[in-house]
Amino acid sequence: MLAYIIRRVLQSILVLFVVGLVAFAMFRFVGDPVDNMLGQERTQADIERLREQLGLDQPFVVQYWRFLEQAAQGNFGLSYRQGRPVSEILLERLPATLELAFVSGLMALLGGIALGIFTAIRRSGISANIIMTASLIGVSLPTFLIGILLIYVFSVELGWLPSFGRGEVTRIGGWTTGFLTESGLKALILPAITLGLYQMTLIMRLVRTEMLEVLRMDYIRFARARGIREKSINFRHALKNTLVPVITITGLQLGSIIAFAIITETVFQWPGVGLLFINAIQFVDIPVMAAYLMLISVMFVGINLIVDMLYFAIDPRLRVDRTAGGH
Amino acid sequence: MADIQQEIRPSRLRRAWDSDLAWSFRHAPVAVVSAFVVLVLVIGAVLAPLIAPHNPFDPATLNLMNGFTPPNQANQFTGDYFILGTDDQGRDVFSTILYGMRISLFVGFAAVLLAMVLGVALGLLAGYLGGWTETIIMRVADVQLTFPAILVAMLIFGIAKGITPPEYRDQMAIWVLILAIGLSDWVQFARVVRGATLVEKNREYVQAARLIGRSPFAIMLRHILPNVLNPVLVIATISLALAIIAEATLSFLGVGAPPTKPSLGTLIRIGQEFMFSGEWWILFFPAATLLALALSINLLGDWLRDALNPRLR
Amino acid sequence: MTEKTPVLSVRNLVVEIPTRHGILRPVDNVSYDIHAGEILGVVGESGAGKSMTGNAVVGLLDRPARITSGEILLSGQHIHTLKGEALRRLRGKMMGMIFQDPLTSLNPLLTVGDQLTETIQEHLKVGQTEARNRAIAALEEVGIPAARSRIDSYPHEFSGGMRQRVVIALALCAEPDLVIADEPTTALDVSVQAQIVALLKRLCREKGVAVMLVTHDMGVIAEAADRVAVMYAGRLAELGPVREVLTAAHHPYTAGLMASTPLASQGKERLRQIPGAMPRLGNLPDGCAFHPRCDYAQDRCRANPGPTLDTCDGRAACWFPLNTKQKDEVSA
Repeated sequence: MLAYIIRRVLQSILVLFVVGLVAFAMFRFVGDPVDNMLGQERTQADIERLREQLGLDQPFVVQYWRFLEQAAQGNFGLSYRQGRPVSEILLERLPATLELAFVSGLMALLGGIALGIFTAIRRSGISANIIMTASLIGVSLPTFLIGILLIYVFSVELGWLPSFGRGEVTRIGGWTTGFLTESGLKALILPAITLGLYQMTLIMRLVRTEMLEVLRMDYIRFARARGIREKSINFRHALKNTLVPVITITGLQLGSIIAFAIITETVFQWPGVGLLFINAIQFVDIPVMAAYLMLISVMFVGINLIVDMLYFAIDPRLRVDRTAGGH
Repeated sequence: MADIQQEIRPSRLRRAWDSDLAWSFRHAPVAVVSAFVVLVLVIGAVLAPLIAPHNPFDPATLNLMNGFTPPNQANQFTGDYFILGTDDQGRDVFSTILYGMRISLFVGFAAVLLAMVLGVALGLLAGYLGGWTETIIMRVADVQLTFPAILVAMLIFGIAKGITPPEYRDQMAIWVLILAIGLSDWVQFARVVRGATLVEKNREYVQAARLIGRSPFAIMLRHILPNVLNPVLVIATISLALAIIAEATLSFLGVGAPPTKPSLGTLIRIGQEFMFSGEWWILFFPAATLLALALSINLLGDWLRDALNPRLR
Repeated sequence: MTEKTPVLSVRNLVVEIPTRHGILRPVDNVSYDIHAGEILGVVGESGAGKSMTGNAVVGLLDRPARITSGEILLSGQHIHTLKGEALRRLRGKMMGMIFQDPLTSLNPLLTVGDQLTETIQEHLKVGQTEARNRAIAALEEVGIPAARSRIDSYPHEFSGGMRQRVVIALALCAEPDLVIADEPTTALDVSVQAQIVALLKRLCREKGVAVMLVTHDMGVIAEAADRVAVMYAGRLAELGPVREVLTAAHHPYTAGLMASTPLASQGKERLRQIPGAMPRLGNLPDGCAFHPRCDYAQDRCRANPGPTLDTCDGRAACWFPLNTKQKDEVSA
């Protein structure tokens, strides 16, 4: 098992290296950094000096290594657009995104699994069919349309909830939270639903498909033939087996919540890193794009690692195979 | 050979009608309605220049006095009538939707085609050749799969935007979109095709073809490809809906089709500004069209998956 | 034994599946009894309705298949009318079932002990410790060595043959009167098959359980069964004591089946084939379903209604049974 974990960690590091290469290539080849950093009045000497300063005269591999060194310390240089250190801007904006992602992830996970099980067990029931049809609309409804729809109903027509921003936030050390004020919580509701609804539908449909697959298995038939009650068949025998494949994809889904936050943050002008990223793309602010890419990769890789660990907790076959095989 | 085909041909239509797929299609009202909606929308988009009452991109035909005309009413100043109303520039919403759909559908189809060709080719190569080719292709796929397609698309879009000189950006936007969405979506195809290829590769008939000296290329094309078409078709249908949504999303975020060549997503982005001031139709009709399009394609894909019942993983 | 109520009594059972091409009858007018301590072998080609009969008895038919007529009596009680919860209580407690593939019939994520104790506690009013002891006893009974230390293992930690023993222990742990074994040896290695058959036989005798042994393997029938029911295209072709049926089949299909099976007792003769294949259920011929493949077919065989056990000699559904005096006279 230890060997397996070590291998997974090494793989994750490899992924980060690859992503780092992409980020570095963006820096190096998309637009000329010297061009971007110096103003209109520049001399050839200025350019040479800056090139040397930035190490652009060094070989590619050396530059890449220095970029990684800097990146590992959280140093991504200055934003072309704002002229401030990228890491500072990111840290300032990260709490907003994380709080939003956390609430909608929780909602998507709990709601998705519960509804998935329900629609699988009551496969031919009326309410299950209504939920399934609604979910297809949910999958076809782009996130931004859900957001617009919610704004229209709850902000424009009813006037109950704010249509943009984070409301009042409380500062705790380096973190800002919207959980502690009424306006902060109110402002969170619509964005969280917008972001979570789509993921919830996906998770629900996935859980349902897997659950139906498992319910067709021989061991479920055998359990039925032994007179095990339906409750135990559904929640003990089937659910556990359903969870194994569900965890993988759900893990990826949760990762994509952070990415989809870009859309939600744009609709609601939520001051998080996603909004920052989309503005960076519009203005080709490469340092911010690269830093965001690295940040989000670390998160994804971390989530994937956790998902891998979860397998061991659930599937005994893995525990044995890995320790015995060890390759 | 030719004679045999001659004999079969007259009954082919009949056989297609009698096939299980056609039977299940005729007995799935949802699929029939969805297919009808898709057909109407596609025809509307293709024939937009013939159907649209106005050319929304010809400034000469626009009259700013016609701005903000509500749907199904005559304009209070000019007396002109627009079935779905006009936007702030006085452009006919119905016409902008038809032209917008053209772009949305074109980007969607082209991106899926790109993803399909790329994914099927790489999947075949990975599955059939194995070894290093397989390792590299599937590793790249794994890494890419770690990241949501929409993010990959945004990134590709961003990089491409950085590379293209500013004066060409608007012209290139559509092609960059196709590239971005297509490249972000090939993994699905590659994985399924590779899986199926691994299975087919060891079948007797492939072994036999190999023994008689058929080239690997011919074997892949003639023997393996036809066996993976069903799942590929299902993925392509679902991918089409995803690609259209992705395009709309990117355009909505302002990193897609430019306002000079608006797709449905761009129209929604524009329409959103007027939501608070009461001109709902500028937003509502493009949004409803997008929803109808994506939903019908999804429903078709759903039905197709059940009808063909391949084990999609 | 003859006076006792049979443990399982199936009367004129009909199972139908509605399809778009019409109604199929995978089980058509089948009747048989199984007594306590007796093994009834049910043989036939795949698709003959063997497994479907077993599934119908335990009430586990997959939709849209359903029982449309006939009766199923368990120790004299009607059970074909039972539904849902009432039927569930009987399963495991009154009738156990053994499936074909031991690799897939055990839940991979629950230990063997979990699956056993759950089944025991579901049907017998015993506490946790008692259930566990019974589970260990059940494992010992089916010949699993060191049961006490193996009980907390997961299914994948057992070999195929051992897993099938676990499956049998699971089917028997709540002490049912009837066990339906659906191809219990098919997925196993040949060397293990004999052990499993011997185990079933021993448990049947010791516990006085009635066993319905579904298989397509004549060798298994010859080895284990007391009586045998031969099925063809959803109908009973022949039903009788195993020795008599195997040595002197009445139905030409049984005879053909025997001739095509390599049995140790029969010697060096070349194996023969039955010409053609069993007809599809949607496409059954008139009269006797076997007549297109039968060497002895005559005009009467093609006429409706076809032969049944009741309308013929009670043993074979054939107008012109083989190996009877009457037949010998005709052919002489």
